[in-house]
Amino acid sequence: MRAAHPNERRVRARLAAAAIGILMLILLASFFRAQVVRGTAWALQSESNRLRVLPIPAPRGTVFDRYGEIVSDNVPSYSLSLFPAEVDSIAISLSRLQPYLSLSDERVEELVETFRSNRRFPLLVKANLTDEEVAAMAELRPEFPGAFLETRPRRRYIHGPALGHVLGYVGEVSPQELESPRFTDYERGMILGKDGLERQYEELLQGVQGIRYVEVDALRRVVGSFEGYAAAPAIPGEDLHLHLDLALQNYIHEIFPDSMRGAVVALNSEDGGILALYSAPSYDPSEFVGGISRDRWQALDTDPAEPLFNRAVMGRYPPASTWKLATAAIAMELGVLEPNEVMPVPCTGSFRFQNVTRRCWNPNGHGYQDLAGAVAQSCNVYFYQVGVRIGLERIVEEGTRLGFGEPCGVDLPRETSGEFPDGLDWWERRWNYRAAENEVLSIAIGQGPNDQTPLKMAQFYLALARGEGAPAPRLRRPIEGEELQPAWSLDLTEASTASLQESLRQVTASGTAFRSTLEHWELIGKTGTAQHDVMGDRLPHAWFAGMAGPFGSAPEIVVVVLVEEGDSGSSVAAPIAAKAADFHLRRKYGIPVDTIQTLGEHLDAGIPAPWAWERQNRPTPDDP
Amino acid sequence: MTLFRRWAGDPILVGLALTLSLFGIAMIYSAGVLNVPSPVVTGAWRRQLVWLALSLVVFTFVSRVRGRWIEWAALPSYLAAVVLLAAVLVIGTGAGPAESVGRWIQVGPLRFQPSEFAKVAAVLGIAWFLSSRESPPAGVRDLVAPSAIVGVLLGLVVLQPDLGTALAFVGILFAVLFWSGTPLLHLFLLASPGVALILAFNTIVWSVYFVALVLVVYLFRYRLYLIESAGVVLANLAAGTIALPVWSSLAEYQRNRLLVFLDPGMDPRGAGWNLIQSKVAIGSGGLTGKGFTQGTQKRLDFLPEQHTDFIFSVIGEELGFVGAALAIALFAALLYRLVLMAEKVSDPFAGLVLFGIFGAWVVHIFINVGMTVGIVPITGIPLPFVSYGGTFLLTCWVMTGLAVRMAQEE
Repeated sequence: MRAAHPNERRVRARLAAAAIGILMLILLASFFRAQVVRGTAWALQSESNRLRVLPIPAPRGTVFDRYGEIVSDNVPSYSLSLFPAEVDSIAISLSRLQPYLSLSDERVEELVETFRSNRRFPLLVKANLTDEEVAAMAELRPEFPGAFLETRPRRRYIHGPALGHVLGYVGEVSPQELESPRFTDYERGMILGKDGLERQYEELLQGVQGIRYVEVDALRRVVGSFEGYAAAPAIPGEDLHLHLDLALQNYIHEIFPDSMRGAVVALNSEDGGILALYSAPSYDPSEFVGGISRDRWQALDTDPAEPLFNRAVMGRYPPASTWKLATAAIAMELGVLEPNEVMPVPCTGSFRFQNVTRRCWNPNGHGYQDLAGAVAQSCNVYFYQVGVRIGLERIVEEGTRLGFGEPCGVDLPRETSGEFPDGLDWWERRWNYRAAENEVLSIAIGQGPNDQTPLKMAQFYLALARGEGAPAPRLRRPIEGEELQPAWSLDLTEASTASLQESLRQVTASGTAFRSTLEHWELIGKTGTAQHDVMGDRLPHAWFAGMAGPFGSAPEIVVVVLVEEGDSGSSVAAPIAAKAADFHLRRKYGIPVDTIQTLGEHLDAGIPAPWAWERQNRPTPDDP
Repeated sequence: MTLFRRWAGDPILVGLALTLSLFGIAMIYSAGVLNVPSPVVTGAWRRQLVWLALSLVVFTFVSRVRGRWIEWAALPSYLAAVVLLAAVLVIGTGAGPAESVGRWIQVGPLRFQPSEFAKVAAVLGIAWFLSSRESPPAGVRDLVAPSAIVGVLLGLVVLQPDLGTALAFVGILFAVLFWSGTPLLHLFLLASPGVALILAFNTIVWSVYFVALVLVVYLFRYRLYLIESAGVVLANLAAGTIALPVWSSLAEYQRNRLLVFLDPGMDPRGAGWNLIQSKVAIGSGGLTGKGFTQGTQKRLDFLPEQHTDFIFSVIGEELGFVGAALAIALFAALLYRLVLMAEKVSDPFAGLVLFGIFGAWVVHIFINVGMTVGIVPITGIPLPFVSYGGTFLLTCWVMTGLAVRMAQEE
């Protein structure tokens, strides 16, 4: 081919140069558009590409007792979570994690289902990893894209089963809870209170979850925390300050008979604060932290002793003789009973009214009785007559006013109300018959349609101790300015209150509970033995409801003890109450706690108790 | 300076090529700075440096070979390329990201890509063929033989399959034909079946195009033989109608790449991943970039093949628009230098070789840079001098040597 003419070459070269110019300008324009015009949008995309939002769990508030002792706090622990991804890839990751974290097949399925229901948040695979698991996961990190280890505060229940029913426990929020209006602000994976105080004060204890950004690579491996955005720190939950006397609570757990079921409630008579609230058998809330195993849950749930059942606030028992004080108080309020008055009909072992004959527990009878004697001997016949004087309608009305048909309003979830007729038509509604006037006989001695929780009885004895209204028993100490109004008050004169307390004094001084007398404190109270089984082949429940304080001053602690099928209030329930009150008061007044506390214990151990004999010889306890 | 001038032969072209090569090594180094280091990418810049040294030696040699010898070698190297490409189809091995596609030939410890050598061979072959003709191609018929010469190599590369490299052959063919003096009308007509093939995906657009084409053929009826006109129209008609069968014969990933080009949001984790991540990287670079080695998209492994095909995304992310524009300007200067060299040289073979090289580089540069920013489909084609890849770098420098040598022909 001949050489092309230079002019021809120049034209072609210019065309080629123009082509280069056009192509390169196209490229420049595209880069300008992408980087300068739309740069911000892509920059944002780039950030979202590599940043993941992680919640920072807020540490729950610490729980303190009345003396500032820690009841429950938090310790750091490791947990493993997975970043959101396709459901399939989550499932694969989980099955690969299975051997390292000892996850059961059911647990894996459960987790996949949990994730499926909400795919926006990281999936908490396992909390509270053991050291071995943490080490394994740290080492295998590159093999598990999307998995990340983080520290979380872990709830610690230092005192185990002693406080199971008070504190409740925490757990991961359930799908049902997430749907409820109370927990709309909650996100999957958050830990919340499931029962007890943890549930009651959940919103207070929870705090506010923080947020942090972590940088991840294309394989969703966490590369580091990201400093570019201000992370929102978690706001710890508020602390909870309780009326509780932690040492007393532990002591009650220690002394409560191991094999027995029952409840103990101790209230501070000054403000109605709960010093101790115990239900036996109990459970260790620590077992629930980080998820309880299915088998363990089954075992707890199906245990015939019902360890998960809080007898102190949920158990309803016939109050039996402990309710006789209510009968007396109502009669005095209505002005139909004078304290020193002796009832016209002597106790001969039984009492006849409107064609029914009712027995006293002592077939030999108690003879003529005044209030103090009747309470000391727990004479039924005396109280039958008081009941007849009040009349069925009025005793039902007044009992209802005193809240025997309502819950006390304690700051614990699931408190049950007592069962008590709210009027004469109650029988018609309930049993479909008109109540005869003689129903009053049963009610007057705490039998019949009258079932109360130990807590409710404690509230009533609180009112007796204070001689006025009883505030709702509370676990949490009121914050400043918070005032709790008593729901009701006993409309009694000081003299009436004094005579009721004097009658209770006779119970321990010379009556059924004399073995529970204490050296330093005056313990007064009423025993009760509640028949609950028509056939009579099960032992009756044992009650003791009373109060204690230094001699010559107002009672400072109210204690109610119920022991299911404990047989005898005086020999089973009263010593527990006496020891609990003694323990609390000794610590309060700086007297060393002795293991041998009650008169009965002194007698059994053969240790002389000169104070007991001295006291019996004194005309009144106040006399020097 | 004079030493460099004497060694380089053409200091401007070689200076630009050397600048781009060193810039490339710097960017390959940066591409290896990852938060979770990958051994393959981290050491890549060192291997590239060794390859550059080897390339410069080869360049020194090639740029000093006598021009006649190169002309004589054209036909044998063309035939050798055909044989090698055929051999790849039988004994080719895969490597790297294209593991499943056999593009390499392994000879002992050495491994090279015959398709790279074939590019040089195609340039020489077609330049030799056209320069040995009496006159420049005057009709469409005269384009059949050159097309066939390149077409054989192109066809063999498509069979590998390597769509990206195949496009480089198209670039070579058109650039050389253009420089040989082929009328632009004829070049258009030659390209028209390809255009028809692409437009066939929309029947209406293709119909409009087809009518326009027939009109053009009618307008220029006096400059075309009837058989040529008929052939072009028939070829377009055929391209329009066989498009769909051809489509269904494409490999899954090729179809995906084309589809993703049309709609990158289609499958962000699948075939669209590369494009989206590349656009995000480039876009987030902004005006001045995130700083050398500081690109987060790259560091966190979002960028695919960041040291080979997507090296320009790293440039865009870390050096921003300023850096990208500078790089584009360097390439423009490199191409323009080739054009100037071709203009000066009077020897037909030399000019055609220069334009063949020009054609190959234009395609590589435009498609590679264009795909990172999403204006052309992702075709897996490296960036001359910059992308990591030994054979490819060597080929670029062989071409540079040829260009320098040819520019000295009188």
